Amino acid sequence: MSGCSDCQTCEAATVPFPGPRTGPKTVAVIGPPNSGKTTLFNRLTGLRQKVANFPGVTVEQHTGIATLPDGRQVQLIDLPGVYSLSPRSEDEQVAFDVLTGRREDTARPEAVLLVLDATNLSRNLMLAAPILALGMPTLVILNMADDLASRGGRVDLKKLSAELGAPVALIAARQGTGVEQVFDFLAGAMPKPEPKQLPVLQDVPKCRAWAGQVGEQAAYLPPIPPKWTRRLDAVFLHPVWGPLIFVAVVVGIFQTIFGIAAPSKDAIGWLVQGSGKWIATVLPDSLFRSLLLGGVWSGVGSVIAFLPQVLLLFLFIGILEDSGYLARAALIADRTMAKVGLQGKSFIPLLSAYACAVPAILSTRTIENKRDRIATILVAPFMTCSARLPVYILIVAAFIPKKQLLGPFLSEGAAAILGLYLLGFAMAVLTARVLKSSILKSGRTPFLLEMPSYRWPTFQSIGLRLLDRSKVFLHRAGTIILVVTVILWVMVNVPYTNGHRPKIEDSLAGVAGRTIEPIIKPLGFNWKIGIGLITAVAARETIIATLGTIYGMDPQSDKHGLEAALHHDLTPGGAVALLIFFAFAMQCISTIAVVRRETGGWKWPAAQFAYMTAVAYTGAFAAAHIIH
Amino acid sequence: MQLSGNYQTADAIQGSLVDLHRGDAAILDGIDLPGEEARRLMELGFLPGTRITAGRSAPGGDPQVFQVDGSEIALRRETARRLKVRREKVAKPVHTPRA
Repeated sequence: MSGCSDCQTCEAATVPFPGPRTGPKTVAVIGPPNSGKTTLFNRLTGLRQKVANFPGVTVEQHTGIATLPDGRQVQLIDLPGVYSLSPRSEDEQVAFDVLTGRREDTARPEAVLLVLDATNLSRNLMLAAPILALGMPTLVILNMADDLASRGGRVDLKKLSAELGAPVALIAARQGTGVEQVFDFLAGAMPKPEPKQLPVLQDVPKCRAWAGQVGEQAAYLPPIPPKWTRRLDAVFLHPVWGPLIFVAVVVGIFQTIFGIAAPSKDAIGWLVQGSGKWIATVLPDSLFRSLLLGGVWSGVGSVIAFLPQVLLLFLFIGILEDSGYLARAALIADRTMAKVGLQGKSFIPLLSAYACAVPAILSTRTIENKRDRIATILVAPFMTCSARLPVYILIVAAFIPKKQLLGPFLSEGAAAILGLYLLGFAMAVLTARVLKSSILKSGRTPFLLEMPSYRWPTFQSIGLRLLDRSKVFLHRAGTIILVVTVILWVMVNVPYTNGHRPKIEDSLAGVAGRTIEPIIKPLGFNWKIGIGLITAVAARETIIATLGTIYGMDPQSDKHGLEAALHHDLTPGGAVALLIFFAFAMQCISTIAVVRRETGGWKWPAAQFAYMTAVAYTGAFAAAHIIH
Repeated sequence: MQLSGNYQTADAIQGSLVDLHRGDAAILDGIDLPGEEARRLMELGFLPGTRITAGRSAPGGDPQVFQVDGSEIALRRETARRLKVRREKVAKPVHTPRA
């Protein structure tokens, strides 16, 4: 097990390969789900990885650079977890295309790191057959050596290597033991595999029989079942305790994310305002300063305030996923989701949509069935995201009297907001039902969910994930949101004459608001609300900032504050209509962008935007005419 | 129906995975699903001739976890119903090599 001495193929070719190379070698990492492939990838590449998005395909790939002990660099591609290489699902198609060099955006790998779970080697070896058949230099990595040893299993690496005709390494990626063998392979000559025999790849029983034989030849002794997994499942899948713990976990996550919302927003808001004030004292009064403070600082700053919540959500998802509980949660939730026509795996995305639809839509990647995945993506924005909350609070505070409904436990205002949350959820369920019984019907694909053994999540794995998400989040704030904010600022300032900005109704933004006024008048909204609705397409909470600016410019409404100004401008029916419009409308450019990326085109986001706008308009219209 | 009735008096009981209670083991006979879906199940270890043990389930019994070929896979009843098994007459918890 030490270094390369165990693998005969390495010994046969110890002459270092001196070939001149331009750029680093490319090596693919592949393995079945739950084999610890990504843990090894993180171990090999550390922080030097980037998320690459394969265009047109809804699978995000990681590539990273591994630096060998001699200083050379190797580019690693982390392929999706697959059980076989027959290209049927999207994941398998990507893996197959990358390995065979059919993707134009990725260099064909020169070698493969095949990661297998050593605690279930016989079945995992099935994937070795199609990989070795590719004829590319392959290192067969048996991961989870620690579990194998502690549970009394063993395998003869020399014999296994001889059977497969490829070098074999036994490692524990989580602890990092044995990883130097992987570096040795990457630094070495990387010979082509010469397996003793391979089965017919299309024949699954023959592949399994071959894998069993190879295991037998290598004297593979499977480990005893994991004791702790059985014990924990006795609790987490208990008929009574299981669902109770499940509800507690869901409520706990929900409560914590909202619990930190106000303090974290205040803290970041303090930083943004503080730095804004500093800029105001440093820069002279100019258009540029106005753009920087009125546009960039207030716009992008208000979005960055959501970073702690998003990271907290991903921290929870990371812990649940890495520990193995997520699979149990999906199992418990499956029945409820099935009633709506979705599967248990849709539950986590829908839950996380309460914070923000963007991470929710990203997390639908765990759903294998494409139709279920699209249905989940389409209904997720109906769940009440945190961007709606400030809008709800503002309007409810302006219109609903401060009366208690249930003594000190529930006020009328809180009940109204709770009602809006339920309204969003009901519309999500209703839409899912309609979609799943019509265009996205998919009762035929079986629901298969592997229950992994419970494991302790590692700081490294979760830390990397949070870092990754922070990068994605800040990137978005620095691109889409920045651009929209700057455009908005320009529109309020054009036409700029004699060193003064125009009256708001004469500015480009004002003209836009007045242009759409006939359309929104039946809902009880005037042109000022109209500008807010236009800017809210970028992000919902932008309407608050927009209305603040517009009313702030009018000396009369400025005196009484935003709530009073709204009260003056809207009828009660119009206020309810506005709330319902925000509950249903897809006002979020990030969500639209992420749906386009995840579904690989404009078809679904366009349909979704049209549908949600239609539902929002109809709902608001009805409210405005029923309530006077 | 007559045939399966006779079968029960022999040394094996025929049925599907949904007939198994927790701890029951049975041998998989065949998968009554279209080719691609059967293949997917086979890749996860549901091969004819394999011993399958029923495990815990979600509340209400659906979906249920099955121990097969060294791993634990959850299936909905609608799928489990399509996996035909034969069971040894004495149903007792059987230890699979690993789960």
